[in-house]
Amino acid sequence: MFAYIVKRLISGAVVVVLISMGVFALFWFGPRNPALPLCNIDTSNRCRPAILQAYEHNMGFDDSVVHQYGLWAKGVVVGRSMALGTESHKCPAPCLGIDYRTKLPVWKELTTKFPATLSLALGASLMYLVLGVGVGVLAARRRGTWIDKSLVTGSLLLSSIPFYLVALLASLWFTISLGLFPSTGYHPITHNPAKWFAGLILPWLVLGIWGSTSYTRFSRGSMVESLGEDYIRTAKAKGLPARKVVFKHALRAAMVPVVTIFGLDFATLLAGTIFAERIFGIEGIGKWGLDAVTVKNLPVVSTTVLVASVAVVASNLLVDLIYSVLDPRVRLT
Amino acid sequence: MTTTASTTPAGTPEPSAEGLGAGEPLLAVEDLTVRFPTYDGLVQAVTGLSYRLEQGSTLGIVGESGSGKSVSSMAVLGLHDAKRTQMSGSIRLAGKEIVGMSESRLMRIRGKEAAMIFQDPLSALHPFFTVGKQLAEAYLVHNHVSRKVARKRAVEMLDRVGIPQAKNRVDDYPHQFSGGMRQRVMIAMALINDPRLLIADEPTTALDVTVQAQILDLLQELQRDFNSAIVIITHDLGVVAEMADDVLVMYAGRCVEYGPCKEILTHPEMPYTWGLLSSVPDISAAADARLIPIRGNPPSLLNPPTGCPFHPRCDHTDKVPGDLCATQLPELSAASTGGVHIKRCHLANPEEIYFTEILPEIAPDLAEELSGTTGAEEGGTSR
Ligand SMILES: Nc1ncnc2c1ncn2[C@@H]1O[C@H](COP(=O)(O)OP(=O)(O)OP(=O)(O)O)[C@@H](O)[C@H]1O
Ligand code: SF4
Ligand SMILES: [Mg+2]
Repeated sequence: MFAYIVKRLISGAVVVVLISMGVFALFWFGPRNPALPLCNIDTSNRCRPAILQAYEHNMGFDDSVVHQYGLWAKGVVVGRSMALGTESHKCPAPCLGIDYRTKLPVWKELTTKFPATLSLALGASLMYLVLGVGVGVLAARRRGTWIDKSLVTGSLLLSSIPFYLVALLASLWFTISLGLFPSTGYHPITHNPAKWFAGLILPWLVLGIWGSTSYTRFSRGSMVESLGEDYIRTAKAKGLPARKVVFKHALRAAMVPVVTIFGLDFATLLAGTIFAERIFGIEGIGKWGLDAVTVKNLPVVSTTVLVASVAVVASNLLVDLIYSVLDPRVRLT
Repeated sequence: MTTTASTTPAGTPEPSAEGLGAGEPLLAVEDLTVRFPTYDGLVQAVTGLSYRLEQGSTLGIVGESGSGKSVSSMAVLGLHDAKRTQMSGSIRLAGKEIVGMSESRLMRIRGKEAAMIFQDPLSALHPFFTVGKQLAEAYLVHNHVSRKVARKRAVEMLDRVGIPQAKNRVDDYPHQFSGGMRQRVMIAMALINDPRLLIADEPTTALDVTVQAQILDLLQELQRDFNSAIVIITHDLGVVAEMADDVLVMYAGRCVEYGPCKEILTHPEMPYTWGLLSSVPDISAAADARLIPIRGNPPSLLNPPTGCPFHPRCDHTDKVPGDLCATQLPELSAASTGGVHIKRCHLANPEEIYFTEILPEIAPDLAEELSGTTGAEEGGTSR
């Protein structure tokens, strides 16, 4: 098991390094001159060829890409000082570049944005899971009845409304019209846990309820299947109470496929939920990345891509570990 | 065949069967009907089924796939979802009525008074829990003991059913056992609370022949030790011949022949039973024995045939006057040997047909041998 985790961590790291190379190459050979956005930002869109050339030279864009990637990678490990336009900035390890706009190390910004996204993701995914699986199990146990039908129809209807609409309406309704949840937004948990909670509860609810709909349908199907298994009949024939049959024997088996989509969804949440962050004013990765894309703030854009890839790699590993805990037939070697 | 006392359906109950009224057997099924409403219509899985089983004896239920064997036995444990099943008639187990019993009372009976072994031992065990956990769980629901005691009991039972090194294997998962071993685990689980009734639903179908024999031996041995009654469901008349005191033949959800095992196997009176005997390879050791499958397909339970349910496949309808076979359901009536052997068929002289037409086909030398002694044999078996 331990050896397996080490092996997976190493292969995960390789994937992340390969992606960082890909991102770096895109940065370099992308459709735009990488120094141009910075030049535009610095000169308020009055970048002249002479300035651009100086920028390019200072930032090493006339150097070889391999050499520059080496410098970048070294910066991640030990830090470096980085030329940005005409000035030079200190970029301590792990250096992911300097924000074109704020001129701050991207890593430092990431450490303030990521907790917001992580908080949102943890709360929302917990909601997804508990609500979605709970309703799914209920529907499965009552399958064929009006309870089942209305739960399934309801979740289908809700999920057919685009998320941004749900989020916008919820924000308008609860925050603006009703004046509930006034402090929606992100407040670091380390400063004031109560405020952290109050600020996130509405986005959690909206993301959680909307997102739970797919879990409802998925876990209902999975649960109906596992309730029909022979071993469930065995469990009943032993004289176990229905509660144990459903929640211990059937749910355990039904969770295996649910864990797979949960892993994917959690990775997506960690990469930043653009709509939720924008609508609820949460300064997270999603909003940060979106803002960066609009002004071609390339160091930030490439960092958000890296974060997303780490999130996918990490949640895949987590899913596989959960599998092995759930199902003893899955041997991790 | 075992030589237990009181093996006939009408026999007197064992004095040890406490809680039973005088003359009441351990299990009495009376006019049981089980129907499932589905989108396609009403599935008439079991219709008007009656049988009795005494403590310590064995009933074999035979019939082809879909004849309602499993459905009728699951009803004994109250395993059908009341919301999705229409059930009528009576099932009295140890003096208690199962049909209509509340779920909470049923829970106390399942696994405790009556336990069940299912056909496929891999899918019948939960793949995610160790066999020890699953066994201990079965013990814990019915006994207020610590986990440790339950685990000890689990090891004991595994040992009892012949799992080598039970102590070490108790923490293994079902997939780490062979098919035969898994079935032993299932048996251990079923017997962990010393049930008075054990229902074995095709316990050996998924196993190869040698393992099959071992499992049957084990069941018989355990039956002697625990004095439990067994209902064994099977397609295999060989299993019936070895295990059962009484045999019940089911067709299209109905009982079509029922009586002491020996009589059914030697003097069957219903053409469907003849068909079953003809399709058994080892009913006779004779080399020239013929295997004759029953022609046609099992009937639809949504829309069962009128009259005798077997008439579309029966070769003997011409021996019945008029179109009685197709129009009128034969009642269960005493077989010509008399006693407790009953059959559901319009034929007036089934014995004669069996010994002159059927037996010579399937086991010629046996027929020859019997042709002189039929009368004597009959006298010997009547009770
Ligand atoms: N829950 C259910 N809903 C609808 N139909 C059912 C249900 N359970 C069983 N049946 C039907 O009832 C009939 C009898 O099934 P049963 O399982 O008793 O057959 P069986 O004699 O045990 O056959 P086999 O030898 O294949 O196990 C079958 O046609 C089956 O499809
Ligand atoms: S009643 Fe008629 S159809 Fe049915 S088994 Fe007897 S002879 Fe055949
Ligand atoms: Mg069956």
